[in-house]
This record gives sequence, structure tokens and C-alpha cells, in this order.
Amino acid sequence: MIPRYQTILFILLLAASAVMGVVLWQLREHAHKRLLRGQDSAPTQAPTVTPAEQATLLIANDADDSLSTQILSLPLPQNPEARARALLGKLFDLYAASGSTHPVPGGAASVAQVFLVPLPDAGGKKITGGAELAVVNFTGAFASSHPSGIETESLTILSVCDTLNANLPRVTQVRFLVDGQPRATLAGHSDLTRTYQASNTVLESGDGGAAGGKRP
Amino acid sequence: MLSGIPISRLIPPAYTYPLLRSMDAMRVGAGIAFLALSAAVLPSTLDAQAPPAPAARFLVVIDAAHGGEDLGGRFGNQPEKAYTLSLSVRLRSLLTARGFGVVTTRESDATVNADRRIEIANRANAQACISVHAAESGTGVHLFVSSLPPAEAARFHPWQTAQSAFVMRSNALAGELNAALKNSGITVTLGRTALPMIDSLMCPAVAVEVAPEQPANPDEGAQDAAGIDDPSYQAHVAEALAAALVEWRADGMGGRRP
Ligand SMILES: [Zn+2]
Repeated sequence: MIPRYQTILFILLLAASAVMGVVLWQLREHAHKRLLRGQDSAPTQAPTVTPAEQATLLIANDADDSLSTQILSLPLPQNPEARARALLGKLFDLYAASGSTHPVPGGAASVAQVFLVPLPDAGGKKITGGAELAVVNFTGAFASSHPSGIETESLTILSVCDTLNANLPRVTQVRFLVDGQPRATLAGHSDLTRTYQASNTVLESGDGGAAGGKRP
Repeated sequence: MLSGIPISRLIPPAYTYPLLRSMDAMRVGAGIAFLALSAAVLPSTLDAQAPPAPAARFLVVIDAAHGGEDLGGRFGNQPEKAYTLSLSVRLRSLLTARGFGVVTTRESDATVNADRRIEIANRANAQACISVHAAESGTGVHLFVSSLPPAEAARFHPWQTAQSAFVMRSNALAGELNAALKNSGITVTLGRTALPMIDSLMCPAVAVEVAPEQPANPDEGAQDAAGIDDPSYQAHVAEALAAALVEWRADGMGGRRP
């Protein structure tokens, strides 16, 4: 037979440990919330004290599989990589807006980073001030929510390449990553593993010219 | 203002591809064995040894994109893979009725990887290859040819750029499809794109992406865009594609070697 005082002691200790458990859980939740608040208040973008500049965006249109030029006035950072990211952020904000000609969800947050890498010249030397490769790192959320289709995926890639080249003429090639990793296709179609040429000079205009629309 | 059809520009990947695909290697091996044999046997027995002569029939490869685990896109209540299969089956029966030989890359909801599809298509030695897709975005039918720069025909093609020797004729095939679809009152856009499947094909090849007949009305939600599901629209598209291929055959186009 267990003495009565031992039973009472046991119940008290059990109750105390339950209370401590609840208190610990609440402390943990508080700490977590504090951490999240701290992250929210951290500046995600440099303060836009720079004066607005003219930027050229190449806007995709799903209706006729085309790109059209739109010139906007934007405050842009001086750092080329931050500048490239801001330009693409604006592009994807336009695509996410209602009434977009190329609806793609995600907005500015779709582009995690843009890295600019000097390309070797003809002699194999990497020179600063020469041609550059832009590496565009999309978020996984963007890639998984991108509409699937040859046309829509091709247009997203093209408009990114041409927008970069239009504003940063040194960018002549573009590669893509998703969450920092290579990925086979954007959303099941367009190849994301290859290096894309970013140069407006290759763009043809006119009805059906690009794909031999005229009969042979 | 820059308008018109964009081109996916790309440069060949920096790495070196295997020069021969295994199938080509097998052909070379078979060719050497055949030559050795032909020196030793009577000409009259050669016919029996030779591989079957290319069928007199005009061969078309229809690739129903996606399938099995690869759902493709999604619209209305069905995944893209189901739509591409039903259009492929419809087009196959139309072409067969018109005397074409037809090879399909899948006849059921099976997972067929890109390499297997390419192997089926390239082995068929076809005069036209049509890869069927469907998408919710855009309107009408989108035709895509490879964005590879055209190249001279060669006996051996690097695996990932085999289509470059066929790009000119793929453009011509896209033109034929464009004309027939427009004749049927269907909106058509033409473009170039970087699709691994198309870039490896050794035949005049076009990716056909069927989009809704009418632009989606944002007020009515996504269901409206599913006008693509309409069986009469699908039949209309299939008829136009078949008519284009009849023209393609009549023009004496096609043929594997450029
Ligand atoms: Zn598809």
C-alpha cells in the first residue's frame, strides 16, 4: 500500500510538470512570433531614394505570341544585379496584375536573385566591362504556379531575356535556376537547362516571319 | 514598338554531346555488316537480306505529348495528357482513312520519356512529325518549330540538335499547317521554341499547341477557357491538320534526307 502522502506528492509533481509544459509551449510560441515580427520589419528593399529612370520592359502577349516594348519610369538601384532584379520584379508585377496580357502569378517576389557573370572574350579572358551572362534564380513557388504551355513558357523566358538585354546591353546570355538548382523545364515545356541568347537584334517582326509563316 | 513573332534564341550548350546516338551507331554497325555480306552473297539474295524498303506510304509520326505520370498542363476538368491523346487518336484515324501510314508515340495513358519518343519518331523515318500539346493560355492553335539555327544535312547528327538539318522543311510544314488552319477559320500563331523533344527529331517537325477557340473571359472564370474541351472544336482542328498533311504529301514534301 502506497502511503497517502506519497500519492499526494506524486499528483502535485504531475500537475507541476503539466503546468511547466504549458508555460514552455507558450514561451516558444512567443519567441517564434517575435522572430517572425523581426523578419517582417527588416528592410527587404533598399530605400528608393534614387531618382526615377527610364526602363524598357518587353511585355509578352499570349493573344498573338508577341512581345511589345513598354517604357516606364522607375526608381532603379545603381548596382547592376539589384537593378536587373528590380526590372524583372516590375515585369512580373505587371504579369500578376489583373488584365495582364500574359497572366502569371507571383509578382516581383518571383525572382529571388539575378547574378551577373562576366563572359570570356574571344581570347578566353574574362574582362570586366565586356559581355555578361545573367543567371536568373526563380523561386520554386513561381515555377510551380507558372501556367503550363509551350507559348506561355516561351514568352516568359523571352521577355525576361529581352528585358534584361534592353536595359543592361552587356547581358548577352541568360541562364535560369529555380531555388538555386537547375531545372529541366519551366512548367513542363520550355527547356530551362540551356543558355539563352539575349539580344534584340535577332528579333524579327512582321506577320509570321519567324516561323516561315509564308508558304514556301 | 517591337511587335511580331518572337524567336527563342539559344546557343548550343557548351558541353559536347555524344556524336552518335545509339540508334545511329547501330545503323552504322548494320551498314558495315551489310556491306561485308553483300560482297559475299549473290545479288539475287540481297533483296532478302536488305532491311524492308521504305514503305511506299507517306508516313506521319503523331506524338501525343505527356502521359502517365506526366500530366502536362491542366484545364477544365482534364489534364493535358488526356487531351493530347484524344486528339492524337482522332488525327490518326483521319490520316489512316486518307491512306497515310501513321506511327504514334503512345496509344494509352502511359509514361513515355522523351528519349523513347524521339527513338520511335526517328526510327519511323517519317515525312512529317507532329507533337500535340494543349494549353489554356492564348487563342486558337500555336505552331512551334525548333529555334535551332538551320544547318547543312550531315550523315550523323548530334543528338540534341538533330533537328537543325530539318529546320527549313519544318518551317515549310508549319506554313502548310498554318494555311490549312486559317482556311478553317482557326486563329493561328507561329513561333519558335526550345523544346528538347522537337530539337532531337530527324524529320520535318512541328509542335501543335491547341488553345481555346475564343479568348477566355475573365468574368466567367477558368471554366470558360475550357472551350478547348468542346469535341466539335477538337474535330475541326484535327480535320484542318489532316488537310494540311494531305497538301504536304501532294506537294511532294517530306522525305527524311534534306
Ligand atoms: Zn504540353
